[in-house]
Amino acid sequence: MAAAAEAGLSYASDARTIQAHAFDAVCSPDQDAATPVRHPVVVVGAGPVGLSLAIDLAQRGQRVLLLDNDQRLSTGSRAICFAKRTLEIWDRLGVGDALCAKGVEWKVGKVFFGSELLYRFDLLPESGHERPAFINLQQYYAEAYLAVRAAQLPNLEIRWQNTVVALESGADGVVLGIDTPEGRYTLHAAHVAACDGSRSPLRALLGLEASGRVFHDRFLIADVRMAADFPAERWFWFDPPFHPNQSVLLHRQPDGVWRIDFQLGWDADPEEEKKPERIRPRVDAMMRQALGHAVSFELEWASVYTFACRRMAHFRHGRVHFAGDAAHGVSPFGARGANSGVQDAENLAWKLDLVLRGLAPDALLDSYASEREHAADENILNSTRATDFITPKSEVSRLFRDATLDLARHHGFARRLVNSGRLSMPATLRDSPLNTPDRDAFAGAMVPGAPAADAPLPDGAPSRWLLRALGGEGFTALVFDGPGRAALCREIEAGAADRVPVRTLVLAADGLAAERYDARPGTVYLLRPDQHVCARWRAPVAADIAAALRRALAQA
Amino acid sequence: MALITQPNLESPDDFYEALIDAHRELPTEASHALNARLVLLLANHIGRLDVLKQALQAARDSGR
Repeated sequence: MAAAAEAGLSYASDARTIQAHAFDAVCSPDQDAATPVRHPVVVVGAGPVGLSLAIDLAQRGQRVLLLDNDQRLSTGSRAICFAKRTLEIWDRLGVGDALCAKGVEWKVGKVFFGSELLYRFDLLPESGHERPAFINLQQYYAEAYLAVRAAQLPNLEIRWQNTVVALESGADGVVLGIDTPEGRYTLHAAHVAACDGSRSPLRALLGLEASGRVFHDRFLIADVRMAADFPAERWFWFDPPFHPNQSVLLHRQPDGVWRIDFQLGWDADPEEEKKPERIRPRVDAMMRQALGHAVSFELEWASVYTFACRRMAHFRHGRVHFAGDAAHGVSPFGARGANSGVQDAENLAWKLDLVLRGLAPDALLDSYASEREHAADENILNSTRATDFITPKSEVSRLFRDATLDLARHHGFARRLVNSGRLSMPATLRDSPLNTPDRDAFAGAMVPGAPAADAPLPDGAPSRWLLRALGGEGFTALVFDGPGRAALCREIEAGAADRVPVRTLVLAADGLAAERYDARPGTVYLLRPDQHVCARWRAPVAADIAAALRRALAQA
Repeated sequence: MALITQPNLESPDDFYEALIDAHRELPTEASHALNARLVLLLANHIGRLDVLKQALQAARDSGR
């Protein structure tokens, strides 16, 4: 399967080519099979989440089938902010470099109240990380590059224009009924991952819903192409003179395109507001205010949207696993939609792989649901709070919002209360059943459940960066050098657990990595394949590591 | 830490007068805004969430 490559998409494809590209719907031999062909894992939905999951599973050696009801990638820029953790995951999937080369790096945000700059913030104030806090990149680039990567994997097949229209769960798998241009066929999947978006047809087929809070407000996205000399920063206005009583967000994308997000209020007419003659004066007024003069611009794409903060009660339904927008929805403030979806994908990939190989019990998949439900709650909480601040829903809420903004002009404490979106951070899975509770004292952020922090590595290390050196094929014991290190590493590698190996990575007990992990000579961290900490000790024996591994595999 | 509800102001009458004075000649709307800013400033000074939550509850409970 090399449709993407054959069809001419590459890391050099431009925006027009990508958005115009139609993948060939190829008739599969499965469609003529007498009995449903069996597949170990079927991923539904070739967006950023489904593509990431399919690539991850394929890199782990699974035979993956990815179905999409369309034959095109995303139209319009849609999700544009990809967070550091997402980039680190995509590094592991082989597309991080291409995406970062194309994307616009940023880490500084500015918040304005009226026409006045209230304060600026830096999302990544410390150095020593390979990836920036964020890159901005149109979603279609992310999808196209992932599709190019997918085409390099012979055990990953994408079937375009394959619409799942029936789903029947059984004890040993799921039977899917699929509509194609050549008619309907059925296939059997041991596991199904539903990454089919906020209106998830699979969720509907199972009679399930995502519930939560719907916000009565409308927002206009206008992508404009212009030669303007804004820096690559996130600019957010509360109540600007060019758009009174509402909020506005400005972001830079590649190709000289700027994303402007106007809050419109609930009474706005979405069809009217999408018209260029309505948008142009808004953008023009904004540019005059922000730059002090008019600029010429072209409208690239526009969309009027509403949103809800909600999630499914359970992300796992037997052998159907929900991920991304299908499982949970957030407001766009904070860039927590696509980013959390990619983290869902990486959480699910290694677990499905080990369960399919018979190396971990089915219970490991329950931890996918519980861990990512917890992460979704955190994202929804952050996103709901930001939305309540940005769009106050009562008189008194507005009163306190404006009081906070007034105070923020002069007082640092109030800046900490201003909420223009708490930008996506990966969830720390503190309460995960896969964690081994600490028995030794540690300081810092690398608690069990935390995603591993990056750090530069010295010359002679397997990579210049810790996360690259970790990779993600399996479990890694991060061993900080100290007495008895060689013997411990031998014991760990000699078979800490039956058939799931643990590799060791030895780091110096001084330096930035040691600092970030609060390490001393002899400190050991056990990291999962998704680079989350699952256990740590000051001076473990091999049996400690074996026990923690069993726990992280849901065997104990 | 328990919210202090026993007398704790070093000069209660002076404080009360200063509070009313701060609102002098302000239209009601501006007074409400001032009160909101005052709540936020005092909350930051107190700092502790447990104390603030007790204060919020006590304020709610004392309403008519």
